Amino acid sequence: MTGFHGRRGVAVVAFAQSEHSFSDLGWTEADLVMPLVNEVLATTGLRRSEIGFTCSGSNDYLVGTPFSFVAALDTIGAWPPISESHVEQDAAWALYEAWVRIQHGDVDTALVYGFGKGTVGDYAGISSLSYDPYYIAPLMPGDIGMAGLQARALKDAGFDVDPDPTPPPATDGAAAVILAAADVARGVCPRPAWITGLDHRIEPHSVGARDLTRSASTRQAALRAGVSAGPVDFAELHTRFEHEEPLLRRELGLEEDTVVNASGGPRKADPIMATGLIRIGEAAARIHDGSARRTVAHATAGPCLQHNLVCVLEAGEEAGEAGED
Amino acid sequence: MTTTREQGSDERVRHVLEFPGGYTRSTGPVIGRFLTGLRDGRLFGVRMPDGKVLVPPTEYDPRTAAVLGTADDDWVEVGPAGTVTTWTWIAEPRADHPLDRPFAWALIQPDGADTALLHAVDAGEREAMATGMRVHPTWRADRTGSIKDIAYFAPGDGPAEVPPSETDLEPVSMLTVPSRLEYRLRGGTVWNRFIDGMAVGQIRGTRCSTCGKVYVPPRGVCPADGLPATEWVDLPDTGVLTTFAVNNVPAAGAPEVPFVCGYVLLDGADIAMLVLISDVSWQEVRLGTRVKAVWVPEEERTRSVKNLKWFAPTGEPDVPFERYEEYV
Amino acid sequence: MGNRCAVIGVGQTQYRAKRTDVSLAGLVREAALRALDDAGLTFADIDSVVLGKAPDMFEGVATPELYLADALGAAGKPMMRVHTAGSVGGSTALVGASQVQAGVHDRVLAVAFEKQSESNATWALSTHSPFSASLVVGAGGYFAPYIRAYIRRSGAPGNIGMMVAVKDRLNALRNPYAHLKIPDIDLAMVEKSMMLWDPIRYLETCPSSDGAVAMVLGSERAAAAATAVTGRRPAWVHGAAMRSEPMGMAGRDSVDPRAGRDCAADVYRQAGVTEPRRQFAAAETYVPFSWYEPMWLENLGFADKGAGWKLTESGATAFDGDIPWNPSGGVLSSNPIGASGMIRFAEAAQQVRGQAGEHQVAAAADGAGLALGHAYGGGSQFFAMWAVGAAKP
Repeated sequence: MTGFHGRRGVAVVAFAQSEHSFSDLGWTEADLVMPLVNEVLATTGLRRSEIGFTCSGSNDYLVGTPFSFVAALDTIGAWPPISESHVEQDAAWALYEAWVRIQHGDVDTALVYGFGKGTVGDYAGISSLSYDPYYIAPLMPGDIGMAGLQARALKDAGFDVDPDPTPPPATDGAAAVILAAADVARGVCPRPAWITGLDHRIEPHSVGARDLTRSASTRQAALRAGVSAGPVDFAELHTRFEHEEPLLRRELGLEEDTVVNASGGPRKADPIMATGLIRIGEAAARIHDGSARRTVAHATAGPCLQHNLVCVLEAGEEAGEAGED
Repeated sequence: MTTTREQGSDERVRHVLEFPGGYTRSTGPVIGRFLTGLRDGRLFGVRMPDGKVLVPPTEYDPRTAAVLGTADDDWVEVGPAGTVTTWTWIAEPRADHPLDRPFAWALIQPDGADTALLHAVDAGEREAMATGMRVHPTWRADRTGSIKDIAYFAPGDGPAEVPPSETDLEPVSMLTVPSRLEYRLRGGTVWNRFIDGMAVGQIRGTRCSTCGKVYVPPRGVCPADGLPATEWVDLPDTGVLTTFAVNNVPAAGAPEVPFVCGYVLLDGADIAMLVLISDVSWQEVRLGTRVKAVWVPEEERTRSVKNLKWFAPTGEPDVPFERYEEYV
Repeated sequence: MGNRCAVIGVGQTQYRAKRTDVSLAGLVREAALRALDDAGLTFADIDSVVLGKAPDMFEGVATPELYLADALGAAGKPMMRVHTAGSVGGSTALVGASQVQAGVHDRVLAVAFEKQSESNATWALSTHSPFSASLVVGAGGYFAPYIRAYIRRSGAPGNIGMMVAVKDRLNALRNPYAHLKIPDIDLAMVEKSMMLWDPIRYLETCPSSDGAVAMVLGSERAAAAATAVTGRRPAWVHGAAMRSEPMGMAGRDSVDPRAGRDCAADVYRQAGVTEPRRQFAAAETYVPFSWYEPMWLENLGFADKGAGWKLTESGATAFDGDIPWNPSGGVLSSNPIGASGMIRFAEAAQQVRGQAGEHQVAAAADGAGLALGHAYGGGSQFFAMWAVGAAKP
């Protein structure tokens, strides 16, 4: 049961990502975003003024300056003024906010973008600041330390994983997506990737109080998003560390023959705060290019998979009328 | 917030994000009580409504959000020894890690607790680590009420000798946490071309190919159109002051108070830029004053915006309000 | 637009320079619990949590929703963290309301906070990029030139700002949560206070406060259930909108931003407001420096362009005037930066619910009154507003 009864059909109708770089080429975050926004507008033929809502995701700590998202707003042509919001989370959550907004019925399209310069800062140090500020942050374990704790726990529990995780490549990059409702989607995209399931759940913060061999929030979000309602051709998972894949496969209920991270996933490019959005974009792209009929995307945040978002995308006319059953 | 400039054509700048003295965090009663225990060389946990003992104690039950630790009976001494429930080897410790030799992060469940706390284990070598091994805390002599009062955990049950501590101290209610992050930033091509101009006393702007507006300081993208603004324009260093403020609040890097900052619409630009105004007493600064840049002498110039010291009145007649009133 | 949405619970903390009696979790918890109690609910009744605050450098905790999930009963629920600069408190309310309007959730807990005493607000706002030509220190240094431009454009006499400063602090005396309590404040006291960034004096400036505010936003069904349990009526959302414009665009007007006008126009259209001055019984607007009251009176259409100062001067915006602005004392009296926008939204809701206690504007509680909640941020470029009323829209 997906809980999608009565919802408007919304599809990913365009997706663009930067040529991610693994060193600082001198592009500002704003520079990364502008061409992608223009690209997704061009793909759909939509004019800037037709976009009903804009939402982005980014993190000030990546560049060590507050309000970094404000500079990006100056590159998307926000004039006349636009209806716009921002989350200090991966842009997958910005997509969630935009999908919710379209449900109101008065706007039919949304622009979502995310960006991150992962090469200019010390992410192990930055990630430590996300952890319990009294008990954990002073020790500075970083995302690698946390990942290692989960990897060992998984190995001890019988998963065939490497207990010594290495970090994904520090990456500068960005991504943009356009969402559109029903008829508009059909007008701007030959094969819209209909969102037939979208849910996210968070768990308690402390890794010492959780079972690290499970991802209860992923399981819960997958259930509500209806992952198991049909076959999954491709899955794009926000696995910054390889040991997370077998765990997520199990919690998402993916079949063994479901292809995971055909794009290369976060181990190939990890522009933090865009990585999750790119999973959704890549999962949608498989539908856009006709290579899949049903795909799943996953995004995560927090130590050892604390917060998880699951998105189910489908091809086909029927999927676009999901809101009318 | 400090920045040091390194030499080199790609001008990577070291940017440090550090609040001087560290963040001062009030702990509230529950975290405070746990930290007070650490200062005393003791580990405590808090009993949850379901009977389980939570270590380290949080103020709220992770599952139900119920308040924890309000009654003395809820507090249970645990450990000091415990069992490693998972671990990971750190072959190359950072400078801000608890140990400067290879060590393991571990989740350690103290005896009597039902959850684990995260800390370092000084096992000596990776092969000495194992899930299920016993460890005990090694306490610092100078404890302040911090998770770092435990220097690290060591293999075995102990004994966990506790160096004596001061008595008659107030319970811990405050924690100071230093925080320092370093970044290596580049200005980008637009900034660098702008600074190249500043180095020779030339203010440069960019013009948007779509709307034709001239921006200074220059932008690579036109904010109105979301399209490239890549045509470079050399601008004169004269203009009109469209509005200003007199600052009496001292600031690091700013001139002595009172100092005047304001918006100057350079001749040929379509947007005013924020600059310092000087060589005039603050009482005599007026909206509409014609101004000109005052530069650092040629032989002292560097690649920096500070080559442009400030703008000063030229003595020309003021510009009528209607001509500049929209440029704010 | 979408489903009806109501504010069914409001909770605020004591706003003070330093809340050293609580941890970060304790601070947000205080507001959240009060909001739940007000709605007759527990954490278990909440479907979704939306957290908002200003830049994380203020507390040095990155992505704090991860740590605060436990304190806000979010385990097993969806959680969002909104960040839209100074307007964030307002945007957070709108993101929460949006989930109810979309029919995705029945009861949403929206929380906004700042514990800026853990560092220093001026420092946190000044940590700008090394690649900036800006010399601006503190928000006042940024806004003071725009205030001067407003005074020049409008021909306003020099004492209007001071009148606002007195009015809002006198209002704060009736608000048990307010930070600044200056019982003997008057124009002379304000005029004597130090000039910080001419023309803004010390007593015309907002304080730096720690604090949190929370609201429970509910569907029609949830609102009916809450009233049945508590006897307190909800505040219905009659209009809600956000607008943003680029900060550095040639041709924008930082003194009278179009994004503000457009945002208000959208809210008014939804709420059926054509004459804001007449149709709103009260307004809680984001006035961090005194002169922003006359500027926003014009930007929000309560007064014609150039005439906002006359409305202030006439006493119309005083507590006993016909269109009280900031009866709670406003941002000038309490300013936990990430929370201030939501405090405006919450106070507007309390006015139409008849729950504003000593600072209740009588006309707002008569059952038909509308109140405006307004927040802005960044370089006067982000706007979030809503119109709320006791009657169902």
